[in-house]
Amino acid sequence: MTARVLVGVKRVIDYAVKIRVKPDNTGVVTDGVKHSMNPFCEIAVEEAVRLKEKKLVQEVVAVSCGPQQVQETIRTALAMGADRGIHVEVSGKDYDSLGPLQVSKILAALAKKEEASLIILGKQAIDDDCNQTGQMTAALLDWPQGTFASELVIEGDKVKVVREIDGGLETIKLNMPVVVTADLRLNTPRYATLPNIMKAKKKKIANMKPGDLGVDMTSRVEVLRVDEPPQRQAGVKVESVEDLVSKLKEAGRI
Amino acid sequence: MAAAATLSRLVRLRLYSISRNNGLLFNRVQRRGIAACIDPSVGLSDEQREFQKVAFDFAANEMAPHMAHWDQNEIFPVETMRKAAQLGFGGTCVHPDVGGSGLSRLDASVVFEALSTGCASTTAYMSIHNMCAWMIDTFGNNEQRGKYCPDLCSMEKFASYCLTEPGSGSDAASLLTSAKLQGDLYVLNGSKAFISGGGDTDVYVVMCRTGGKGPKGISCLVVEKGTPGLSFGKKEKKVGWNSQPTRAVIFEDCKVPVANRLGIEGQGFNIAMKGLNGGRINIASCSVGAAQACIQLTRDHMHVRKQFGEPLSNSQFLQFKLAEMATRLVASRLMVRQAALALQEDRPDAVPLCSMAKLFATDECFTICNQALQMHGGYGYLKDYAVQQFVRDIRVHQILEAPSTTLLGGRGAEPVSRLQE
Repeated sequence: MTARVLVGVKRVIDYAVKIRVKPDNTGVVTDGVKHSMNPFCEIAVEEAVRLKEKKLVQEVVAVSCGPQQVQETIRTALAMGADRGIHVEVSGKDYDSLGPLQVSKILAALAKKEEASLIILGKQAIDDDCNQTGQMTAALLDWPQGTFASELVIEGDKVKVVREIDGGLETIKLNMPVVVTADLRLNTPRYATLPNIMKAKKKKIANMKPGDLGVDMTSRVEVLRVDEPPQRQAGVKVESVEDLVSKLKEAGRI
Repeated sequence: MAAAATLSRLVRLRLYSISRNNGLLFNRVQRRGIAACIDPSVGLSDEQREFQKVAFDFAANEMAPHMAHWDQNEIFPVETMRKAAQLGFGGTCVHPDVGGSGLSRLDASVVFEALSTGCASTTAYMSIHNMCAWMIDTFGNNEQRGKYCPDLCSMEKFASYCLTEPGSGSDAASLLTSAKLQGDLYVLNGSKAFISGGGDTDVYVVMCRTGGKGPKGISCLVVEKGTPGLSFGKKEKKVGWNSQPTRAVIFEDCKVPVANRLGIEGQGFNIAMKGLNGGRINIASCSVGAAQACIQLTRDHMHVRKQFGEPLSNSQFLQFKLAEMATRLVASRLMVRQAALALQEDRPDAVPLCSMAKLFATDECFTICNQALQMHGGYGYLKDYAVQQFVRDIRVHQILEAPSTTLLGGRGAEPVSRLQE
């Protein structure tokens, strides 16, 4: 039986909030804005907890990287059924430039340290839409990866993953240890129950720094500017096909 | 943020298909960005914010999409309430050893305020159900607690609180329903009026007269549905609170075991009033939640609706009005939460504070919701818009659980005598 599952959870701006760009165009406004767990991370936690309930895994460990506030996100994972949490403290400039490369290095180091045999992540975060962390983590560990999972079945020491790809559904079989990233239809996450929220207070969250794991946090990416998407322009109605063709030629499209 | 757009589009598509018949698209309030001053999570502990978050999510996903449907078709949403009970909302302040969640009064107030943004009527019923479960948990012996509380906490069974009669509302202690002792049975005769859930619920907590006149002659009995001699009047047609049935409860030589009495003979009125302290906080919390929802709906409407070439949000008059509404909301919330704290700490001012908080919050929050309807213009009067349902639903909060008019000035009112000291 698989011992340990590592689940990464990210604290992001809540999906229903109207995003505003900071006046200096260096980023988006995060102060005083409602944050919650990335929806795909919720799906990942739900899947891990279900595996534990089916007794296919022994322990679910929730991990998050960031400042003090990410402990809220870890607590939510604990309230959903994770056994313990790990908070990797990243703050200030390091947090501003935190991206998939650094997180995947941290997750890889933790996976080795915790002797995890399964890592489940959300397929992407809704703030940066990178869709890279799962893949990079697998590469750093030299583990197989099952991304965009809409179904996950553990069969002995192998994992069967049904992936949602552009062409349809692809079923693959992977040898453990393995990295899986969760897609929308993998499951419907549960609500935390009030008793579980209270029990979660007693569950442990370990604190550590990236340095403790020997991870170099320097970013290779520099954000130059953040802008709102261009306003949608009004369209032009045309009367005939000839009109359409001439308008397209005018616009240089054909 | 393509993924966010897809996710929220899928959520909205689900909402669309569920609410298509009723067209109630305009009440997704629970997740908007909220100005810090009216943010309901301000001042709460981390754990309370977690409770609140679950309650808001539940309200947004499981209640708000259906609130119009429940209202217009007078549906008692048993399955949805049972889902809420699974999360721990069936017995919020009941001890965990009989299935409750063991929350404090303040925790419960936060929870009901959040749930009310999804449907004030259903949440108000749930608060009454919770009050009954608490009464049995607090004043019942271990047999009674073990017999009734687990099913009430899971909402396998539903409860009703039976105090009011056709002849006794504000003057509750003059109730006439009699319970004559015959061996090891009480024989009940009389009727109760305006009972929330009456006829559809399973467990009735009934205040009845076992002794002489006045409050000291009243005892509290638990009567189960199906007991011979227990029947119900017609379902009342109400202006609001349509997701919970209201009926008269009639006792004709209804025999109830003495073992079903909570506490001792003569303790019934005291039990009823203690139940109402918490009940008042929770009803007031429902009003606060409804007002919060209405303010957010109004703010959104003001951004969208244009007149005289500008969105309504540019109108100074309307800005002032919205600021007034926000002020009333925060004042109400502070009163209610302070009363909850006083009650859970058993402070000497707890009882008057609960009454004051109920009086203040239910009145102010109705004013807020009514003003919100006004600011929607003609649209506010249409049932496609949620604001009118909040107005209709919380109007009754100013009436029941001790009328606003008698709380501080009427006969038999508790705080007046203390003010005179």
